[in-house]
Amino acid sequence: MGKSNCYHCGDECGSEAVVYEAKDFCCNGCQLVYSLLKENELDGFYSLKENPRLSLKDAKEGSAFDYLDDETVSQKLLDFCEGNTARLTLKIPQIHCHSCIWLLEKLDRLDEHISSSRVNFLKKELTISYNPNERKLSEVIRLLASLGYEPSISLSDGDEKPREHGIEKKEWFRLGLTFFCFGNIMLLSFPEYVSKGFSIEGTLSGTFGYLSLALSLPILFYGGIDYLRSAFIALKNRGINIDVPISLGIICLFTVSTYEILTGTGAGYLDSLAGLIFFLLLGKIFQRKTFHRLSFERDYKAYFPLSVTTVSNGKAQSIPLAKLEVGQRVLVRNSELIPADALLIKGQADIDYSFVTGESDPVHKELGELLYAGGRQHGGAIEIEIQKPPSQSYLTSLWNDQAFDKERENGLDRISNAVSKWFTLVVIAIAISAFGYWTYQGKTEVGLHAFTSVLIIACPCALALAIPFTMGNILRIFGKHKFYLKDIGVIEQLSRISSIVFDKTGTLTNAQKASVHFEGEALSEEEKLLVKSLLEQSGHPLSRLVSEQLSVDGKIIPVDNFQELTGKGIEGLVDGQNLRIGKASFVDKGLKSHTNETTVHLAINGIYRGHFTVSNHYRQGISEALEQLGHSYTLSLLSGDGDAEKPRLEALMGQQADLHFSQSPHDKLQKIREKKASGEATMMLGDGLNDAGALKESNVGVAVSDNVAHFTPASDAILEASQLPKLEHFLKFSHLGVKLVYVSFGLSFLYNLVGLFFAVRGDLSPVVSAILMPLSSISVALFAMLSTNLLGNQWLPSTTEKGNARR
Amino acid sequence: MSIILLLIGISLMVALIFLGAFIWSVRSGQYDDDYTPSVRILLDDEPPKPKDTKLNNQP
Repeated sequence: MGKSNCYHCGDECGSEAVVYEAKDFCCNGCQLVYSLLKENELDGFYSLKENPRLSLKDAKEGSAFDYLDDETVSQKLLDFCEGNTARLTLKIPQIHCHSCIWLLEKLDRLDEHISSSRVNFLKKELTISYNPNERKLSEVIRLLASLGYEPSISLSDGDEKPREHGIEKKEWFRLGLTFFCFGNIMLLSFPEYVSKGFSIEGTLSGTFGYLSLALSLPILFYGGIDYLRSAFIALKNRGINIDVPISLGIICLFTVSTYEILTGTGAGYLDSLAGLIFFLLLGKIFQRKTFHRLSFERDYKAYFPLSVTTVSNGKAQSIPLAKLEVGQRVLVRNSELIPADALLIKGQADIDYSFVTGESDPVHKELGELLYAGGRQHGGAIEIEIQKPPSQSYLTSLWNDQAFDKERENGLDRISNAVSKWFTLVVIAIAISAFGYWTYQGKTEVGLHAFTSVLIIACPCALALAIPFTMGNILRIFGKHKFYLKDIGVIEQLSRISSIVFDKTGTLTNAQKASVHFEGEALSEEEKLLVKSLLEQSGHPLSRLVSEQLSVDGKIIPVDNFQELTGKGIEGLVDGQNLRIGKASFVDKGLKSHTNETTVHLAINGIYRGHFTVSNHYRQGISEALEQLGHSYTLSLLSGDGDAEKPRLEALMGQQADLHFSQSPHDKLQKIREKKASGEATMMLGDGLNDAGALKESNVGVAVSDNVAHFTPASDAILEASQLPKLEHFLKFSHLGVKLVYVSFGLSFLYNLVGLFFAVRGDLSPVVSAILMPLSSISVALFAMLSTNLLGNQWLPSTTEKGNARR
Repeated sequence: MSIILLLIGISLMVALIFLGAFIWSVRSGQYDDDYTPSVRILLDDEPPKPKDTKLNNQP
């Protein structure tokens, strides 16, 4: 009998295939989904081109969702609940292909009390409306989980989302209204532009003027109000930002136009005013590129589960984490997180602290020992007694550090504020001297006109657009290359980096992979199969790693007398042969174990055969990348692991590199702080919660992740691990980007000079202004887009992979 | 020439209708997700009959 694949998820079925309606399934979960879909005539799902391939082997027990029925929890999760409709939005990271949309939007056919379900594919969100009187929240979630789409629910959900959404919509409203007014004012002003040859009847041009004035009111008081407000606040604090000269221009444009229209002396500059604000709003929207499915603000709360299973009097009960109290007993199953510092009461604990310390090997704990929050249990279920509330545990105390409170200074604002300050002073000086000159000549009226004209034409619209368009476009280019920045301010920070700090596990190395090689007498194919069969029985991470790397053909053989001795190794009879795999002392008494590398020894029928060496798997292209970076930046390493890999890392990072091992999360934060104090601009690359402090403290904290949809600690940027070798290019590009901003500044000054030439002579006409102002705005925006695209192609040539097509 | 005043009034009204349509479309969430609808439209409303499409249906 050959290998069979699961009809539902496509995984290999292994020895325990479940056969149902002449189809093979890898587990009962998959078979249940199939029968559920079939029952509801949704089995067309299997004829879709893309098979979602969600295995249900790791599905949680049904009772794990009971905590959701707790009033405080469900209140937080529901968007809306009234009468017999409730609506909630869930994050489902498993959404990955179009068939997922197909299935998830047909939930109403699986459960009559669900009225509708909508998927947002890019955000990986599902919005469900259901009847809360008939269905409990936990039942809805259980249905999703039983299909393989278990939503990721975390404590920090539902806090920030709706507000940001509102802001975004408001900006679209602003833009829409401004565009409407802008278009109509342009239409009404058009006769003025060509009026040289025609004569417009007096009443008509008067009406046009009043209409334009009416249309400009919403622009000023709705579209542009933010600029006036921001300028007012800046002046109140005795500072000048870019909005001050802009507001000066806006106010000047409006008052002069109103005066001219009301007195019938001219047509005013309302078209320029409308154009100006329209372009400014456009720039504002352009620079805001949000990567919806990413979150840059997650803290430990997002990482911890929402619920824990408490045990009292032998009864298990699921309660929200927030209600967990000191002294309670908690059940922690395989691969669940320890929610708070606690004592081990019952069971065999092998705790993987990789998220806390970066150390990847699990630590064995005896009964009565203290377990720290954030560790992940491997093996069977354990019972623990809580010692400290979740918010005060060893790990979470990192978040009490002041590094998490301070707001970072935005370098781009600093540049533009410095420029605006000089700009404003110079413009006012020119305006006053022009006025003075004409008054001296005895032509006060021309002087007044020159004065206002200078303020109007010098309005730094193009200046204000240089940063949003240049940086906004760089943000998009980076995003295409899977380097996602929090906002445009990060680009400026990137350009000033002088020192780069790496974390080891998960950043330079791939935590999920390891290089395994066997030392000793080579194993035959049959022997490999025996070894793999035994290893398959064990849940120990080392067994899994070795087993994955051991490629053999053939079916796994059942094991007799299987024994797993914690902290020692595994033993069993496979095909009549006795196999022992594990620590040196367990396999062969006379052997000494290696200290430097992780080794797994093997004996068959009591004869020692050799050992597997498991070493870190460095990411592809990392050595070339480190070598290049070493030329222009100081490199250092802060690893939570022991120094077993030191020689290798020294070779990779160069002799000058600063290597630190066995660093606690607090040590890492401290090291970054020291670097900062010595005047270095640091960039930290890390992946786990243990780097969270260092990421926050550094000038630019970059979270490296194999799958950006998964958990990443709070950071300024998220980099997909495969793009790590391009790091130098990203840095160079941001350097050039900041230079481009200065070039754009220069370009807009050039336009201002031309405008000022007309203005000081006192013959700025509305037509010149209406041409010059949009022209300068558009050309600066175009220049920014084209130059960044050009440089982007040079430094980050787009790869032909599917990434672009999929967005 | 005063007919122009009437025309201007009408053109403003038309533009206002479009502005209203824009505001409605933003408010009703049409810009929240600009990707999923493009996929949704390609999915069949009713699943195709199992017999026609499945190859390994018969035991």
